[in-house]
Amino acid sequence: MKIVSAALFKDCTTSIVGVGLGGIITYRHTYKFNQVRFSGSVRSSCYCCATLSSTMEKAKQTFDVDNAAVLVNELRKTFSSGKTKSYEWRMSQLECISKMIDEKEKEIIDALHEDLSKPELEAFLSEISMTKSSCKLALKELKRWMMPKKVETSMATYPSSAEIVSEPLGVVLVISTWNFPFLLSLDPVIGAIAAGNAVVLKPSEIAPATSSLLARLLGEYMDKSAIRVVEGAIAETSTLLEVKWDKIFFTGGARVGRIVMAAAAKHLTPVTLELGGKCPAVVDSNVDLEVTARRIIAGKWACNNGQACIGVDYIIATKEFAPKLIDALRSVLEEFFGKDPMESKDRSRIVDSFHYKRLINLLDEDKVSDKVVVGGQRNESQLQIAPTILLDVPEDSLIMQEEIFGPLLPIITVEKLEDSFDMINRKPKALAAYLFSDDEQFKTKFVQNISAGGIAINDTVLQLTVLSLPFGGVGESGMGSYHGEFSFDAFSHKKAVLYRSFAGDSPTRYPPYTPAKEKQMKALLSGNLLNIILALLGLI
Amino acid sequence: MEESVAVAELRETFKSGRTRSVAWRKNQLRALIDLINENEDSIFKALHQDLGKHPVESYRDEVGVILKSASYTLSCLDKWVAPRKSELPWLLFPAKGEVQPEPLGVVLIFASWNFPITLALDPLIGAISAGNTVLLKPSELAPACLSFLIETIPHYLDNKAIKVVGGRVEVAERLLQLKWDKIFFTGSPRVGRLVMAAAARYLTPVTLELGAKCPAIVDILSSPFKTKVAAKRIVGGKWGPCTGQACISIDYLLVEEKFASTLIELLKKYIKRFYGENIKDLKSIARIVNKHNFQRLHNLLKDPNVAASVVYGGSVDEDKLVIEPTILLDPPLDSEIMTEEIFGPLLPIITVKKIEESIDFINSKPNPLVIYAFTEDETFKKRILSETSSGTVTFNDSMIQFLCDTLPFGGVGQSGFGRYHGKYSFDTFSHEKAVLHRGFFPELEPRYPPWTNFKLMFIKLAYKFDYLGLILLMMGLKKS
Repeated sequence: MKIVSAALFKDCTTSIVGVGLGGIITYRHTYKFNQVRFSGSVRSSCYCCATLSSTMEKAKQTFDVDNAAVLVNELRKTFSSGKTKSYEWRMSQLECISKMIDEKEKEIIDALHEDLSKPELEAFLSEISMTKSSCKLALKELKRWMMPKKVETSMATYPSSAEIVSEPLGVVLVISTWNFPFLLSLDPVIGAIAAGNAVVLKPSEIAPATSSLLARLLGEYMDKSAIRVVEGAIAETSTLLEVKWDKIFFTGGARVGRIVMAAAAKHLTPVTLELGGKCPAVVDSNVDLEVTARRIIAGKWACNNGQACIGVDYIIATKEFAPKLIDALRSVLEEFFGKDPMESKDRSRIVDSFHYKRLINLLDEDKVSDKVVVGGQRNESQLQIAPTILLDVPEDSLIMQEEIFGPLLPIITVEKLEDSFDMINRKPKALAAYLFSDDEQFKTKFVQNISAGGIAINDTVLQLTVLSLPFGGVGESGMGSYHGEFSFDAFSHKKAVLYRSFAGDSPTRYPPYTPAKEKQMKALLSGNLLNIILALLGLI
Repeated sequence: MEESVAVAELRETFKSGRTRSVAWRKNQLRALIDLINENEDSIFKALHQDLGKHPVESYRDEVGVILKSASYTLSCLDKWVAPRKSELPWLLFPAKGEVQPEPLGVVLIFASWNFPITLALDPLIGAISAGNTVLLKPSELAPACLSFLIETIPHYLDNKAIKVVGGRVEVAERLLQLKWDKIFFTGSPRVGRLVMAAAARYLTPVTLELGAKCPAIVDILSSPFKTKVAAKRIVGGKWGPCTGQACISIDYLLVEEKFASTLIELLKKYIKRFYGENIKDLKSIARIVNKHNFQRLHNLLKDPNVAASVVYGGSVDEDKLVIEPTILLDPPLDSEIMTEEIFGPLLPIITVKKIEESIDFINSKPNPLVIYAFTEDETFKKRILSETSSGTVTFNDSMIQFLCDTLPFGGVGQSGFGRYHGKYSFDTFSHEKAVLHRGFFPELEPRYPPWTNFKLMFIKLAYKFDYLGLILLMMGLKKS
């Protein structure tokens, strides 16, 4: 997933949301308390520059490092007061989120439709219901999550008792992204609140309707002294990254992930980075073809039209099996999206012009464009590309090097399916890897040999919905995880507590050191009760 | 560049899959135990040479710790590598979910100089147990131990999978230019920042074990016996391990005004008993690691307001790099000794009117690795736990939490992030991979387009676990 904001001019701080036909530039500047929107048609860069420079002044005034510092200080005061640590406060805030989602469902769906043309059911399935489940689980389990966990102690510290106490980290920053803009903003915020922190949320400006909806709704429903939203683009994010946070939770692309981590390093701030990668799906020939095709499509085109960090990026199948798979996909695509998929309302659109052009670039590359076997149609004004399948594009083509994040699906064929392992392992580790197979041994080999954030066998994307599984990346796809209790943990410090009594103070610990004490020390550290007794009796 | 050749070999070894086998990991751990047992005297000698540690101190804090850690890991490894089952929602039935730990790959471990054997080998145990290949960079400030590790490790451990590299800052900088799958760093916050910034280039996860001023709150206890035990534990815990040069050393004490003099007398008594009275004749106590740190500590005492607050000790021997156990009473709060982590044998005592004021005092400073509190007041204990933040809290003792393998050892805020010891070491060098297994049947039609109102209704009911509603819907008795 990428937060991409193209800035036309080096010192321009507004974000360019779209570059349309006829040189129409739409740009948006938003800041905390007001929303100021400019759009205009321009024919020359001079005009654009002049208009932009006047807004640039406003941008510079509205959210700079001082503003950020003031914001963090306010939240720190709230946190220091202890308010956010109380169980009651956390529960009340989680209940507010739940209520907010129930009462404003229609507005949320509308905003998602405006930003991504997301079909209502897809919005409900992938964003609203996921957020609600997350909130519900937190409400149900919070008491248990907050309880200290007793741990065993050994002879080395006898007599003693020990426990692990969860405490909030403090004031945390959640930076969200545009493809599931509602879910990926609120889900981490739910974790942060459950863990007792104060939170600043920075939604993505590339999904502006959802961003301003979140700003408005969280302002209405939540405790403003502890939970705030800062809207904006690169400038605002950079400003936020300059101040000290107790944790930063970032969802987005690897490039910005690096910037976030480097900024966090200055303050020794721990980070969770939920990034992306090319999620492969290996398809064996012994599968139920129709179910497989449906689940692949569900994990590709019915999932934000391929714009998902765990969407199927490319498929690997044997040379022999690939044609059958392609036929099955073709027929199920028709079943789902109709004869002319460009007419179907059941797919999201490409988010903006920048990404549309990026995808067309991937598609039209030399030696790639002639490998299209299904689809390929495009419509720039609608920001739509048909579900497109390509067969055996070159491995060094751009479409096989970059994360696609769109409705293009390359299928790469191999002689034997085992060859897929090397191909996958040559690429950076992805957030997810998929296998469709009925061969138990092959499944085991796959799980053992393929490293990814998570793996799903015989399905796609669903691992996201299982709140008892950690959701996170490894290597280039990120670090840290969340969902369910893992969200609570991601925003907590697990404090170790050891209780000792004054009884049983052995002189062995203290100088002056004698050979007898040395033997006793060895015995004590070995944990062997007999040795300890013998040593204390002077018998060894 | 030698280092990149070494890393390339480590990567080849990891790719070969050898380090993933549990048998390999166990063999390496056993070999490490042999290494320690067969070279105990050499280790004692090296530690004495680098830091003046007495063999009993060396056994307690280094040799014994590694033996214990390796044995514990060996006995638990089979359990740790096994996948953990997860509960799945009924909607996905039949399905299986589990979390499978896997090694991260090629890891870099930076060890500090104050416990040069423990801080190198304990993380190494974690990295090996998790199935990684490792490059170990011990500190050059403990040169005898560094040489020992460089010479001995290749004779016992798989040297295509575990390598040791010496050298100074330049080597560390070169290492940080390379790509690692994990970096484990023990050291100061200043260098911790540099390590994390370098790691950001490759999105390498890091564990930073840093430090900060670890306070010990000393409340008035109910009996002289307990007070004596507390004093012993403070003295033994402060000057016993590396003469106060430990990230978890008691940095300063907080006591009520009226109790300070009693405590000071007891501390003096035990200092004399444990270590001796004369700086020329100190026993069972380590020395300052080098001239640079000696000067640093000496300079802390040179501030005239600080020097005036010395109530015991204060003598130094520059040739032997020894500073005697020193107690100060209420040095100025803005003096360097009260703003920087001391990391040496100086113990300021700060008096407060009421012991509860300690909490605010502690909170005015960066989060430490440990907060120690000697108290029997259960309410006060609860307040300390909930109103302060630190890596660990230890009640009524010092240092000993280090031996507890079931407790995570790590910092928060300025004292670092990530943790290890026991299973946490295994976890810190692992990726916990989520695995979801599904069958092909049954199929949930409402997952798929084309979208209809029926499907929307179905999903809404399913998420509410409204089974009755679902049945009615499917029987056509509920309007969609």
